[in-house]
Amino acid sequence: MSAVTAPKRRFGGMYGGNARAIIERGFKATMTNNYLIILSGFFEPVFYLFSMGVGLGGIIGTIDLNGTEISYGAYIAPALLAVSAMNGAIYDSTWNVFFKLNFAKLYQTMLLTSLGPLDVAIGEITLALLRGGIYAVGFLTVMSIMGLALSPLAIFAIPVVILIAAGFASVGMAFTSYMKTFQQMDWLPLVMLPMFLFSATFYPISIYPEPIQVLVQCFPLWHGVELVRMFTTGVFTAAAWGHLAYFVVMLGTGVIVVARRLRSLFLR
Amino acid sequence: MTDVAQIRRDAAQTRRWGWWYVTELRLREMKAYISYVVTSSFGNPLMYLLGLGVGLANLIPDGIDGVPFLVFVGPALLMSTILTIGAEEGMYPVLGGFKWHKIFFAIHATTVTPGQIVGGFLVHLAIRFTFTAGVFYLMLVAFGAVPLGTGWLMIPISILGAFAILTPLAAYSAGIEDDRGQFALIQRLIVMPMFLFSGTFFPLSQVPDWLEWIGWVSPLWHASQLGRTVSYGLVEPLWLTLLRVAILAAYGVIGAILMRRAFVRRLTR
Amino acid sequence: MSHSVIRAVNLTKKYDDFVAVDGISFEVARGESFGLLGPNGAGKSTTMKMIASVSTRTSGELTVLDLDPNVDGPAIRSQLGVVPQEDNLDGELRVRENLLTYGRFFGLSRAEAGKRADELLEFAQLSDRANSKVEPLSGGMKRRLTIARSLMNDPQMLLLDEPTTGLDPQARHILWDRLFRLKEQGTTLVLTTHYMDEAEQLSDRIVVVDKGQIMAEGSPAELIRTYSTREVLEVRYGSDKNVSVAALIADVGERQEVLPDRILIYSDNGEQDLAEITRRGHHPTTSLVRRSSLEDVFLRLTGRSLVE
Ligand SMILES: Nc1ncnc2c1ncn2[C@@H]1O[C@H](COP(=O)(O)OP(=O)(O)OP(=O)(O)O)[C@@H](O)[C@H]1O
Ligand SMILES: [Mg+2]
Repeated sequence: MSAVTAPKRRFGGMYGGNARAIIERGFKATMTNNYLIILSGFFEPVFYLFSMGVGLGGIIGTIDLNGTEISYGAYIAPALLAVSAMNGAIYDSTWNVFFKLNFAKLYQTMLLTSLGPLDVAIGEITLALLRGGIYAVGFLTVMSIMGLALSPLAIFAIPVVILIAAGFASVGMAFTSYMKTFQQMDWLPLVMLPMFLFSATFYPISIYPEPIQVLVQCFPLWHGVELVRMFTTGVFTAAAWGHLAYFVVMLGTGVIVVARRLRSLFLR
Repeated sequence: MTDVAQIRRDAAQTRRWGWWYVTELRLREMKAYISYVVTSSFGNPLMYLLGLGVGLANLIPDGIDGVPFLVFVGPALLMSTILTIGAEEGMYPVLGGFKWHKIFFAIHATTVTPGQIVGGFLVHLAIRFTFTAGVFYLMLVAFGAVPLGTGWLMIPISILGAFAILTPLAAYSAGIEDDRGQFALIQRLIVMPMFLFSGTFFPLSQVPDWLEWIGWVSPLWHASQLGRTVSYGLVEPLWLTLLRVAILAAYGVIGAILMRRAFVRRLTR
Repeated sequence: MSHSVIRAVNLTKKYDDFVAVDGISFEVARGESFGLLGPNGAGKSTTMKMIASVSTRTSGELTVLDLDPNVDGPAIRSQLGVVPQEDNLDGELRVRENLLTYGRFFGLSRAEAGKRADELLEFAQLSDRANSKVEPLSGGMKRRLTIARSLMNDPQMLLLDEPTTGLDPQARHILWDRLFRLKEQGTTLVLTTHYMDEAEQLSDRIVVVDKGQIMAEGSPAELIRTYSTREVLEVRYGSDKNVSVAALIADVGERQEVLPDRILIYSDNGEQDLAEITRRGHHPTTSLVRRSSLEDVFLRLTGRSLVE
């Protein structure tokens, strides 16, 4: 008789109940190959913070946030945190997934075992979120040392950042499930670059004319930036609930689409 | 009997133009992603100019260095855009030519020499940079961010700067066997800091003294300062301007020599 | 209790509008060794993937171990060992880690996975490369590692898609030996191959597919009996004369086939036919009498033009 006991039937054969094994593999792969790269990822937002916060901050001085004057560094730091959560989550759920699916054929290997597509999706997203969470902790530490975390509530920015990353990752994976070639992926920067530049990252959106402001507010990064900024500065408004709701809906929608696409994505 | 002299003559003819055949090939390959090149050539400058130039200018009403912020930052944005493409082109496309699609080996199987492959590669990129920098320049003009008539010199300066960063990276990329994340590391630990601490958005004097050396070794800072000189007349001693040109040229020339050597080594081993 | 472990009825797979598998029906009994033969693009790998429940069928019925792949994929796969046509090893892990993590994907304990990994490295003759990266392994070594990997979960059924492509003769025989022993222990084998000797050696029963449809079915001996003669006589007259000579000796043997380089004469007694041809004065430059093989069946069923 076989050494392996058959997993129970769950979610129409989509789930083998062993996402842990995927996470384990992720750790092992990181250890053998690219812990340096993972480590270096932490520096990206920190460099930005030094450059823009200190360099540009020296010229700009302070900025008005809903009536509270805060230093320019304290203004952009949370934005950089949100941006790095977005970038990491999008990278992991698009390029990375696309590569492992179509070139490394890694997911095909995983699916030859008693794992299901859902194990793969859960495992990979968990890994991405873990990594994002670790970066967030590191970045917040740097912020605190530089005196840019103005509120004790800043600590709660970590779960918030993970929620933001999860939102982006789920939508990114849904997007990837429709992609056929690498060329189509070129679309991504076309959406991400303007989001990065215009989402109240470097200055308040009040400088824009009204219609542009509304447009910016449609995109997720703005909500992410605003939300994280509330936690690190301690300047809250009721809009926080709206931002939270935005990401909950985004995550939910992404997950539903991904769940529906799992079969066509993995079991072609 | 084969006519050895005739064969030699024929080969010499193809050899003289070998570099151009390579350029032509790469231009033709570009067709596959030309829409991306064109879109990003127009889209990126527009985004950066609006997002970081016009937008940030609101927070810096007094401008910098005696000129409006947009005028100050414009040349640096142009340079950083072109130099970023330069850095990118020096990494994956070079390794890919040896390792994945192996196009350099295919070309080398003809009469074209490694030196001509390098030459053709660089000429093709010079054409591409000219186009992208030209679009950026025109856009700056449209935004009223180029006070001086010498502003167009930013285009050749950006090419000089791009080669300064591209050729040393390409020399390195031609020598490595496998991408084990070196490119990500270079990108994050060398290229990025260079771009962030090279006086793009603020004068280099704003960064802490212990970080100022980054500007001095960074091609981007020299290119940006040269760009400012020709665009709005940044005042610098003549020797410094010449020194900047010399530094960029030195990077480019030494890089190209190393690059050629790396190509020869890889193609003939 | 010998019942079917695979049952396919009108099994069909379309990629967009392209029909890769076109309504095939077959059964595989427990403990049987079942061969899928067919030219390139016939739909063998596609069929294998559907059995392995990693490709969703377009229509028709399919049960594997009495389960429906559409609803019980993970449960089915827990009992399968799969060697895909193309090695898809994990390039980010080392050789032994490849086996270990694969075992963990099946939910094996670390100790158990480690024990099996070491044992299978031995079998694949890769023990000395255990801590090497995967990339620098030779093609045959990668193949051996993939095969070893498929045995990690001690499967009830093995799906082997061209398992021995790229293996040297020694490795091929070691694998055959292992497969025989697994079969003796009751493991069901499903394999595709382009080596007819391998198919003849390993399969109890064979299905020949072409363009997604079944062309013939039976044991190797049955297939040879049905679709070929006992012997084949091969004669060569030089490429310019083969056709003209063939016309003159068309009545010799049961059937003849003219190839660019030689004429094949299917008959029950090759020596006798050769004597007849020579008697008529057509002395071939070379001649050969051999037993009919599965290759002859294959060529006849799937058409020569594909293989020329
Ligand atoms: N993912 C896919 N998308 C579209 N077409 C596919 C896909 N996979 C296979 N096909 C097509 O289905 C047909 C059958 O392919 P399959 O791989 O099953 O052939 P095969 O019998 O295994 O051939 P070979 O002997 O060459 O391995 C081929 O025409 C192939 O092009
Ligand atoms: Mg196949």
